[in-house]
Order: sequence, then structure tokens, then C-alpha cells
Amino acid sequence: MNLHTLGAAVLATCIGLLSPGPALAAGDEVVIGDLDDMSGVYADVMGAGGIEAINLAIHDFGGTVLGKKITLLTADHQNKPDIGASKFREWADQNGLNMLLGGSNTGVNIAMAKVAAAKKVPLFHIGPGGASLTNQDCTAYSVHYVYDTTALANGTATAIVAAGGKSWFYLTADYAFGTQLQDAASKVVEAHGGKNVGAVRVPLGAADFSSFLLQAQGSGAQVLGLANAGTDFSNSLKAANEFGITKTMKPAALLAFLSDIHSLTLKTAQGLYLTTGWYWDLNAETRAFAKRYFARMNKEPTMDQAGAYSATLTYLKAVKAAGTTDSDKVMAELKKVKINDMFAKGGYIRADGAMIHDMYVMQVKSPQELKYPWDYYKLVKTMNGEEAFGPITGLCPLAPKK
Amino acid sequence: MRRVAIVYGLLALFALCVPWLGIYPVFMMKLLCFAMFACAYNLLLGFGRMLSFGHAAFFGSAAYVTSWLVTAHACGPATAILGGVAAAAALGFAIGGIAIRRHGIYFAMITLALGQLVYFVCLEAPFTGGENGLQGVPRGTLFGFLPLRSDVVMYYLVLAAFLGVFLFIRRVVHSPYGQVLKAIRENEPRAISLGYDINRYKLLAFVLSATLAGLAGALNSLVLGFATLSDVQQSTSGEVILMTLLGGTGTFFGPVVGAAIVVTLQEYLSDIVGGWVTAIIGVIFVACVLSFRRGIVGELAARLGTAAARPPVPAATQ
Repeated sequence: MNLHTLGAAVLATCIGLLSPGPALAAGDEVVIGDLDDMSGVYADVMGAGGIEAINLAIHDFGGTVLGKKITLLTADHQNKPDIGASKFREWADQNGLNMLLGGSNTGVNIAMAKVAAAKKVPLFHIGPGGASLTNQDCTAYSVHYVYDTTALANGTATAIVAAGGKSWFYLTADYAFGTQLQDAASKVVEAHGGKNVGAVRVPLGAADFSSFLLQAQGSGAQVLGLANAGTDFSNSLKAANEFGITKTMKPAALLAFLSDIHSLTLKTAQGLYLTTGWYWDLNAETRAFAKRYFARMNKEPTMDQAGAYSATLTYLKAVKAAGTTDSDKVMAELKKVKINDMFAKGGYIRADGAMIHDMYVMQVKSPQELKYPWDYYKLVKTMNGEEAFGPITGLCPLAPKK
Repeated sequence: MRRVAIVYGLLALFALCVPWLGIYPVFMMKLLCFAMFACAYNLLLGFGRMLSFGHAAFFGSAAYVTSWLVTAHACGPATAILGGVAAAAALGFAIGGIAIRRHGIYFAMITLALGQLVYFVCLEAPFTGGENGLQGVPRGTLFGFLPLRSDVVMYYLVLAAFLGVFLFIRRVVHSPYGQVLKAIRENEPRAISLGYDINRYKLLAFVLSATLAGLAGALNSLVLGFATLSDVQQSTSGEVILMTLLGGTGTFFGPVVGAAIVVTLQEYLSDIVGGWVTAIIGVIFVACVLSFRRGIVGELAARLGTAAARPPVPAATQ
């Protein structure tokens, strides 16, 4: 027995004990995966609430489709593209994954889209904003379900420029989502006769916004465009308030979720314009869903959580209609149907994968206007899907420009 | 010797059979890539007693260059891997050339600083895709006839590379050059007094280690189909140190065992505890340094009193 023998023995034992078990035969179940940020800056936007919403959808559908049990796999991608892509690949290779949804981070979703194309597994982008997911990074198996940066800019930036905010400085999350949102907003601002003064890029999950905010203050712009999301958005807005910047510059929430407004409180967030794909208090149907969700999570759902519910149902309906889980046939079915549920009315999935549905420009209420808990938004304008998402750009090879 | 041969034979048989044992080949390939990386690191730490805190720079830069050659220039896998390895070697020459002039903690700090410099280059350079990294790297066809798209073929390529690296390191350590390197490790002034130009020996060890780390990074990026900031960041440098220390520095098989444990833990724990993996691995690191400083293989060997047992390598203290 010498050193190498030992080493070899130890290695063999480790591998024997710890290596993953044999692949699951998934022939008798339909497997849905949810890969999302469960612990980072976007955990409140989708996270555990998203899992609950998907479970609710599976429950509402009856738990089985085509006589097969529906199972849900979940994992935390920690906002790292490598973790997202490798987990997705593993599920597709090992667990017989039929559909993946989630994301919440454009960078991670771009990585996952490459896997979706290679493994031919439908991918519903729920939380990520980047419009590139239906343009340069589109695949035949992607659906962008809830909102995108084009719709956000068309909603919020248009409303603010119309209200007199002509010169803009951007505080941008330094990755695909932030830069795409800034680009989209800049184009809208210019198209409406406004001016883009400058921008500063901030790392994702930054703890200290002071130096970036001082640059914004020094720019002399009227509007502080916050091209970030989740806790990055709420932290930067809080810091801007503490610095007194919001007295001289008007903050623009290019992407804000209900959970952000809740944590900021109306006192800080009042008067903000924002664009959302769904709001819990829109009508009787949305309130009915929100009530059920609230009973489980003790908070109102964000548009992503409602979107995850709707996307799961839409997929399962398409599987049922197609009579198979074959990805190509299900995708063909998905692109044929109209989506009518509590999330969207008359929504449809365009050739490039964008789900076209109404978007709502909202303004955050002041504390005096609050009538009951979570009564945060008043509707400024409903944009129809074509207006919000704009025409097909032609950047996606699947959808040539008309 | 016969027993050793039998165990190695069994292990080789196991490695050859992996694709038919129901073990996920991508996981095994990742494990082998990190084992290669840890072996390369061990050459530097275990046999040259140089504690580098920036080794992810070589692993990651090779991953980036390989992915970039494949995606932007449509290079074949052989050219791309070669390009990645060459980049890592050149970087190893540059960083090593500066770092070997100092010892111990200063050496570690210089490699840390330069490693972070490489990280920020990868973050900001126009061809790296910033926070998104380079995605969707196709594996292509090796030498025009080996379709690497198949996980099985790719697995055997990675296994062959791993065996090559493992045997190469053994050869290097047992060569006259390796003996001089060990002499420098044990007593530098004595090696100088014997007339050896120790900086050249140390630089060569550094460049060899960087090159092999680059090979691991290049293969890893082809296996997974992407190069991201995780490959170059500080925590990856930390992980490879952990793998080497946990398995046993200065033993041939230690780094392989360490890599197997760390990669497997990450794979399993990330499903259960998400972002807490880093904290748990940190605790393991502390426990390892406090209670069994020779590492698993080193400790076992020492307990059984074999000849290869050596005193533990004091980390950055010389």
C-alpha cells in the first residue's frame, strides 16, 4: 500500500459515493423546470413566489397532462450565466426536461437560450427584460412572455418626456439587461425630442451608489433614468433620496416591480411612472388570482409571478392541444393560439417569440391616495401590444422584417 | 508495485466505463477539467512551494481565448485549444516573470493583484462579452473526423488530456529538472550555492503550471460551451488552492481527490442551499487547514508511514 494506492482508493470511493445517480427515466411524466434567482437581487421579483405561482398553475391544470404527471424542478442560478446554462443542460440531458421557464437575468437567459436551441427544449423567458432575447438571441424554442426593454421604454420614457422631462442621465446596471434598457430608453427619448446627457454603469448588486449618483447629479440632466431592477433599483432610489438628488432630478423607474414599490414605501416612490405587464388590482380576474396567491405567500404577486402562472398554463394547454410534448409541435401550437387568461387578453406569440399583449403605464400613488394595503398604482395609459412591443425588427432570423 | 498497478488499472477501467455507468458525462468532464487544473496548480505549490492566488487568470484566459477563436473566427477545436493554451503560457510567462522575484506572502500578493487585473480585462475588453461572457460555443469536429458534439467522444478527449497532464507532471517531477525544483523548495540558498539559476527553474515551473491550467480552462469552456467571468474570478483561484490543499499538496493524486470532492459538493449543494455553497466550502477549508494540514491523501499516507509522506507545506510562510 503506498501513496498512489491510497489516492486511487480514496478517489474511487469519493466518486462511487458522491457521483450523481443514473438518469431518471422521464417517459411517464412531463417535467417543467424553473431556473431563477432565488437568493440575489431579483429573488423578491420572482424567486420563491414564482415557484408557488407555477405550482398553483400545475394544480389548476389538474396535475396531469396527456395522462402524465406534471413535475416541477427548481434551482437557483445565482445570477451566473454558467450556472444557468449548465443546470439547464443537465436537466435536459438527465431529467427529461420538457419546458423551462424563469430567468430574471438577461445575461443568464441569453446563455440558457443557447442551450434551448441546442437541446430543443421550449424556454419561456419570464423575468428577463432584454429585447435581444427575441432579436439577436432569439431561438425557435424561446417565448418572451411578460415584458421587454422595448415595451418598458415605450411606456415609461414616452410618458416622462411628454410630462416635460427632456434631458436624461442614466444609472445603468452593467450587463445585457441594463445596457439594452438604456439603449431602448435613449432611442425613445430622442425620438420624442429629448436629449441623452450621459450614463454611468453600475455593477450588478452594488452596495454603494454614492459615487455613481454624484456623477448623475453633476450632469445637470432633468431626469435620472434608473436602468436597473430589483433591489438594485430600490437601493439606488433610496440613495438618491438620501442625497437629495430627487429634489433636483426627476427619477424615472425604467423597470420597477410591485415588490420594489412595497419595500420602498409610497413615501419614497410616490409619483414614479412605471410600465408593467400586469397588476394585481386591474380587474376582478386579476384580483381573484392575487387573493389566492396572497393566501399562500402573504404578499401580492408581481407581474413576473403572475406571468409564470400564465406561461405554465399556456404551455400545458398547448401540450394538451398538440397531444404531445414534442417541442416542435408544441411550439407550432403555441404560435397559433390566442392567450386569454387573467394575465393577458388576446395575447399571441409572434414569430420572433415575443408574447404580444397589453402593457400598462402606471403612476405610483401618494400615501394619501392609498385606500387599502398594496393599493400602489393608478393607471395612466393602457398600451396595446403592437404599440408596446413595436414592430418586428428583422434581427431575429426566424422573423424577417415585413 | 503490483497492488498500485491493480488499483490504477481498476481506476482506468472505471474512467473508461463512465459513459455506460449512468454518470452524467458533462459532470465528469467538469470534474476532470478541474482535476487537471488542480494538478497543474500542485506542480507550482506542491513541488515549487509557490503559492499563487491568481491561477484562475490562466484557466480563464485560456477559456476566453478558446471560446473567442471558435465563435468569432470559426476556428476548429484543435486550433482553438492550442490558441487558448498558448495565451495561458504567454500570460504565465509575463505574470510569473514578475512574481518569482519575490517570496512567500509578496509572491502571493503579486499573483493576486495580477490575477485581478486579468479579471477586469475580461470584464471590460470588447471581445469578452462583459458580464454575459461568451455563450453558445460549439464544440465542433476535432481533426475533421471526431464529432465532439457527442458527450461520449468529448468525454474521452478530456480523459485523454487528463491522463496526459497527470503523467506529464509525474515525469516532470521525477526528471532532473524536478529534482532541482524540489531542492529549491527545500532550501533556496543551498540551491543557489550549488550554482543553479533558481529564477529560471522557478519561472519554468510557473509557465508549465500556467500552460496546463490553460489546457484545463480551454477544455472546460468547450465542454460547457461558454466562457464566463466565473472562470477568471478570484473565487476560482481560491477553489483550486482548496482542492490542492484538501487532497494533499505535493502528492500526485491529492489534487485529483480534492477536485473530485469540491466539484461534487458544489454540484450537489447548489441545488440544496444555492448561494451558501461558498460559505460551506469556506468552512471545509478552515477545517482542513486546522485539522489535517497534509490533506486527505497526505494525511493517510503519513498515518501509514509511507516514504512519500512529507511535512505539510506551510502556506505563505517561508
